[in-house]
Amino acid sequence: MKKLIEEFVKGITIENPTFALVLGLCPTLAVSSSVINAIGMGAAATFVLLGSNIIISLIRKIIPNEIRIPCFIVVIATFVTINEMMLKAYFPELNASLGIFIPLIVVNCIVLGRAEVFAAKRTVLPSIFDALGMGMGFTLALVIISTIREALGAGKIFGLVLARGFEPASVMILAPGALLTLGFLIGFVNFWHIHKKTHKEIKKVGCDGCR
Amino acid sequence: MDVGKFISIVISMVFINNFILSKFLGLCSFIGVSRETKPAVSMGLAVTFVTTMSSIITWLIYRYLLVPFDIAYLRTICFILVIASFVQLVEMFIRKGFPGLYKAFGIYLPLITVNCAVLGVAVLNSDMFFSDGSAAKGSFALSVTQGFFAGVGYLLAMILMSGIRERLELLDAPESLKGVPLAFIVASLMSLAFMGFSGFKF
Repeated sequence: MKKLIEEFVKGITIENPTFALVLGLCPTLAVSSSVINAIGMGAAATFVLLGSNIIISLIRKIIPNEIRIPCFIVVIATFVTINEMMLKAYFPELNASLGIFIPLIVVNCIVLGRAEVFAAKRTVLPSIFDALGMGMGFTLALVIISTIREALGAGKIFGLVLARGFEPASVMILAPGALLTLGFLIGFVNFWHIHKKTHKEIKKVGCDGCR
Repeated sequence: MDVGKFISIVISMVFINNFILSKFLGLCSFIGVSRETKPAVSMGLAVTFVTTMSSIITWLIYRYLLVPFDIAYLRTICFILVIASFVQLVEMFIRKGFPGLYKAFGIYLPLITVNCAVLGVAVLNSDMFFSDGSAAKGSFALSVTQGFFAGVGYLLAMILMSGIRERLELLDAPESLKGVPLAFIVASLMSLAFMGFSGFKF
């Protein structure tokens, strides 16, 4: 049990997909213009992660090693399609604001990365906890980024006005604000690591991190 | 056929809605590969090639397979599988037939499979040019144009970014901002500059 909780916590802290591994950046930046969108995207990605991790850890012995990546992609794409249809049916507004980034969960490095690194080698139970932890870590990162952006760029959080008389800098909810926020946040995490000297500077970057 | 429509797609894809700097598609490879100019250019060319070809292929599949059989909801699975196998095929073909070309961008090809820009173009095409299951007029040509110039926009951003990052290496930046964080901040400034194009209207 203790190990399972460890698997869960590491996704949020030391292996946080956004701040530590720098994976899955496209949706992170694109949908973090409001906190509601961020939570929606986090939940959608967590659902796909959970589904794909469970199925892949169940069938990991049947999949031949040479064609494992296409197999993973089919499993992931299936869950993304389910996700897409459910969002369309029950949350049409959220679906409209997330738009193209729902089908693009298929190519999110986090999902494929977890399938390859974790689910393909472990049993079901740790995979479930890993997926939940990674999903939570991703959602948390999205919420942090979107809180900063929405507060500075629209003067609101969850659509509630924060302070009267504050003139929001709308550039923060546009594209440059996203890149700037993430740049400084990763810089801050690096600073913290260097400060604590517990970890070396994170050098692994982007999609080639998965490969 | 309306020439204005094509021009507006070209301007929009390369400048206004640049895939990297305003839509955040293909950002992973943008940050990962843009450290030096030469690999950045190869990657950009490879992406341009794949986005063009995949718009052709996915248009054909969407129009003649998914729409007539009323299974458009299988779009995501279908597109990603076709793109992945196409990229694999091209890689094998280039490795056998053109070793020089393979050295130039062959190693970046497999990376492209998981590049959001490629799937993004395919999804965008099917969203934009198909309404209620029927293709808009001239949608094939428009799709291919959109695919090609999305790649060109990617290439442009890649070249600009790698040029800046080569200089940045020599800079005495704060330890915690070196590398990735600084790249993001530079990208943010570039995206701010590209926002200036959004006044372009046709």
